Amino acid sequence: MSRLEQLYQDMILEHNKHPRHFEAIENPTHTAFGKNPLCGDEYHLSVEINDNVLSSIGFQGSGCAISKSSASMMTELVLGKTVQEALLIKDAFLTLLMQEGVGADRALLGKLMVFEGVKKYPIRVKCATLIWRALEAALEGVVEISTE
Amino acid sequence: MTVSISSDDLNRIRADFPVLSTTSSGVPLVYLDNAATTQKPKCVADRLYKFYTEEYGTIHRGVYQLSQQATDFYESSRETVRGFLNARSISEVIFTKGTTEAINLVAHSFGRAFLKAGDEIVISGMEHHANIVPWQQVCEFTGAVLRVVPLQDDGSILMSDFQSLLSDRTKLVSMVHVSNALGTVNPVSEIVKLAHGVGAKVLIDGAQAVSHFQVDVQSLDCDFYVFSSHKLYGPTGVGVLYGKEDLLNRMPPYQTGGDMIESVTFEKTTFAKAPARFEAGTPAIAEVIGFAEAIRYVQTIGFDFIQKQESLLLAYATEQFEKLSGVTIIGTASEKASVLSFAIDGVHPHDIGTVMDDLGIAIRAGHHCAQPVMKRFGVPATARASFAFYNTTEEIDRLVAGVKRCQELLT
Ligand SMILES: Cc1ncc(COP(=O)(O)O)c(C=O)c1O
Repeated sequence: MSRLEQLYQDMILEHNKHPRHFEAIENPTHTAFGKNPLCGDEYHLSVEINDNVLSSIGFQGSGCAISKSSASMMTELVLGKTVQEALLIKDAFLTLLMQEGVGADRALLGKLMVFEGVKKYPIRVKCATLIWRALEAALEGVVEISTE
Repeated sequence: MTVSISSDDLNRIRADFPVLSTTSSGVPLVYLDNAATTQKPKCVADRLYKFYTEEYGTIHRGVYQLSQQATDFYESSRETVRGFLNARSISEVIFTKGTTEAINLVAHSFGRAFLKAGDEIVISGMEHHANIVPWQQVCEFTGAVLRVVPLQDDGSILMSDFQSLLSDRTKLVSMVHVSNALGTVNPVSEIVKLAHGVGAKVLIDGAQAVSHFQVDVQSLDCDFYVFSSHKLYGPTGVGVLYGKEDLLNRMPPYQTGGDMIESVTFEKTTFAKAPARFEAGTPAIAEVIGFAEAIRYVQTIGFDFIQKQESLLLAYATEQFEKLSGVTIIGTASEKASVLSFAIDGVHPHDIGTVMDDLGIAIRAGHHCAQPVMKRFGVPATARASFAFYNTTEEIDRLVAGVKRCQELLT
């Protein structure tokens, strides 16, 4: 696989074209707005938490294929998880991309390992992690985050 | 295509820019980010090298020969810039760090000293952030009001819209000569005339203009003209503020310190006249000298050639892009410099940038420091290819193939 093909893997391209949970949800209890001022990516993330479980999740906004597919796959993976589980997955994802992947809990990430190819494009790491930063902020009650 | 440039001429010119024969992603580099910054001819790099290795010394101080010679080089660079702009006097040429610093200089000095609550500053909807934010700061400081000439769908402004914003409250018009995001060339002569008609001063942001065509500040009659060396084939870290001499000498200094004073006692300091008045501290000596070399290089190539080649490239690229489906050109004014901003349906500009990079093509993807322009056209960002006289139609063919590759992969 070329470097480009490692970046734009089929699963990423498919989620970009058909993002999951790409909508507002009815009764959000936690929300955050994430933006990457450098490239203009921006997403609103809303989560409904019931009994400590992420019972509903949705995102809206615009951005590149990497940020959108990352958001789409994030929503699939954390839906139905407890807040603690979601935060552990978030940590694993950020570790995978930020620190050479050393110590990332790969088992927790499953399909999300396709984002490993992003590391070869350092300036695109922010795109992949944007929604995860937003998730972290939403769960911790921070309303707006910016990757700069 | 009506005009064509002999490929021998073009190859000779391309050989002046060593980077153009390097590879990127394993294929010959195609450099199409000239509006961000231009590549450097070898003569400019050689000039810096020679100065640093054989001629280096500080200026305006030493009694020794190295310093005197460096002062001569530095000051004769000022003359080179004067000639390039056809300014009346070398006193009207101030070296700054770049366009951004030049605008900030005028904002801090002219803006804070001469503007007051209720005065108005007029800019256009296509300004670079460097020509928006300093004026917002001045407005905050003085109570002056910022007025903005709206953009038409093609990325131009209407003179009637501009005129309707002018009044005796207008104290300054600060307008871009050529838009970096859209390529639009503004009718600056007319803008200056109309602004002077209501007694306003005029600053023209020429960052994107001076590399494309001859600018004559006397015939323009603008009060200030600013640009950067690095977009004109010269080194980074240098730019120019041209200002009319009497106006400059009425303006308070922007920064204070060494080199800009007449006399200092602990009771009182008197300031030197322009240009020294606005050049506090040790400047970018080598870069200024390299900058003059770049100007001489551009003058050797000549604006006849530059304009012919660049308009050919723009026409060719526009024609090729218009044939592509799902591709929109953003910025279609009748007067345009060689800038092609575009959007591909369903493909984010950042992904375009990455795919192009993989094909060895350097283009810009982003908001181009012109977020209000992006908002006006309803896009978060655009992809932008900008051409210099050293680019070729073959390189545009590779760009077009890159667009098709983006569509294949991402739509
Ligand atoms: C129209 C315009 N104005 C101002 C600037 C700022 O120039 P610099 O970054 O060299 O100060 C730019 C550079 O992108 C520009 O294109």
